Amino acid sequence: MNSFVEEICAIPGGESIRLCIQCGTCTASCPNAGSMEHTPSELIAMARAGMREEVLSSNAMWFCLSCYLCTVRCPRGIKQTELMHALERLAVRYRLSHARSRTPIMYRSFGDFVYSLGSIPEIGFITWFYLLTNPLHALRMLPVALRLLRNGRLSIKARRLKPQAQQQLKAILDRAQLLGGLS
Amino acid sequence: MKYYTYFPGCSSSHGGTKAYGWSARAVARALDVELIELEDWNCCGSTPSTSLDELASFCCAARNLALAEKRGFDMVTPCSACYVILSRTNSYLKVYPKLKAKVDECLAAGNLEYRGTVKVRHILDIFVNDVGYDVIRSRVKRNLGGLQVAPYYGCQIVRPRPSFDHPEFPQSLDKLIASLGGEPVSFPLKSRCCGGSLVISEETLALDLLRKLLNCAFANGAECLVTVCPLCQTNLDTYQSRVNKRFKTHFELPILFFTQLMGVAFGLGDEDLGLKTCIVPADRVLARYF
Repeated sequence: MNSFVEEICAIPGGESIRLCIQCGTCTASCPNAGSMEHTPSELIAMARAGMREEVLSSNAMWFCLSCYLCTVRCPRGIKQTELMHALERLAVRYRLSHARSRTPIMYRSFGDFVYSLGSIPEIGFITWFYLLTNPLHALRMLPVALRLLRNGRLSIKARRLKPQAQQQLKAILDRAQLLGGLS
Repeated sequence: MKYYTYFPGCSSSHGGTKAYGWSARAVARALDVELIELEDWNCCGSTPSTSLDELASFCCAARNLALAEKRGFDMVTPCSACYVILSRTNSYLKVYPKLKAKVDECLAAGNLEYRGTVKVRHILDIFVNDVGYDVIRSRVKRNLGGLQVAPYYGCQIVRPRPSFDHPEFPQSLDKLIASLGGEPVSFPLKSRCCGGSLVISEETLALDLLRKLLNCAFANGAECLVTVCPLCQTNLDTYQSRVNKRFKTHFELPILFFTQLMGVAFGLGDEDLGLKTCIVPADRVLARYF
């Protein structure tokens, strides 16, 4: 058993990777498989072959929509979507990802708000993402934004937690950071 | 009167789908369901945070579960993403003791503990199973008179955990529409993905998924779609013009929250339903009921 597979097996939800029979049901079910450099079943085969760097630098998991169709269809009970999330986290941790997908930056922009505010101000998060990736696209989206504004769907003001709740959340998340993840 | 701890989620409380929150509360009142908002709740972490930092994402959800446990009621949310994240945390804490130990330690840093007794539920489940179709039917004041509605479930209300409906061919929303006097059209893509948050980072891919959904609903004669999720509604409604532009299509399908459609049938007014917040106007389809 190679160390990459063991690393994945140690992650909650990742242990079932050993059961894969390469039937391809996950790949056939995935709405985005066609845009992935490696299909979901290929990723499992590569992981089991110990191709750590190739797997973690693939764009594949960043195209996962978290629709869980693969998960409910897998005849071996593999939690394929959870596996995709686990690979995303490993790619982030080892800084191997990002080149061919804007999704990591989008997730990071989202996470920055969630962890610091405890809520997600949509306009702030999306503007931040556009600034980090493609400010020009923000201009293209202006008509959509204006319609949302006109229909009362753009909130400028974020929801703020009460100070003691904010401190409690911060204490919990600080401890999580101190513990440094699950492994 | 039935009591629940209510977890609105960011979108339906202070975000872009406040109309979902308004209509959910108004419909609940009409059905003698008391939604008591969880005090000081925080964002569940949603899907993106599970892709960044596992422990932190579990902790975001677990703080809410711990707060809800003090109340003792089932925890209900109108958002499919909150639903999947909160129930995932709930079940993982039961199955993985090492994870539970770490989350417990983090919660303790905030003077909280979670014993794992909260039941997380989606508001559709509450309405159709706790209240029931017969009661819903009895509250109808404006029968929808055969309005052709595509029931769109999306993904996360039915997957990945076995819940109150089938993971690929769910029926509860279909039956709900019928109990309002509407006609649920055949909608084979009813539980396929709308693109989720990837509509932001990979818009081209998401637009194609949205086109398929709109096309399927339209081809089956739908006059509108109903959704059970803030993100599904936002994608189908807000990006419909982008789909039309990209694929040279002419879709003009109003996208309603199922609670808005219930509200229309219950005779509630727009101050409770927020129908004017729809980007694709719903007036044309709904005018006959007002």
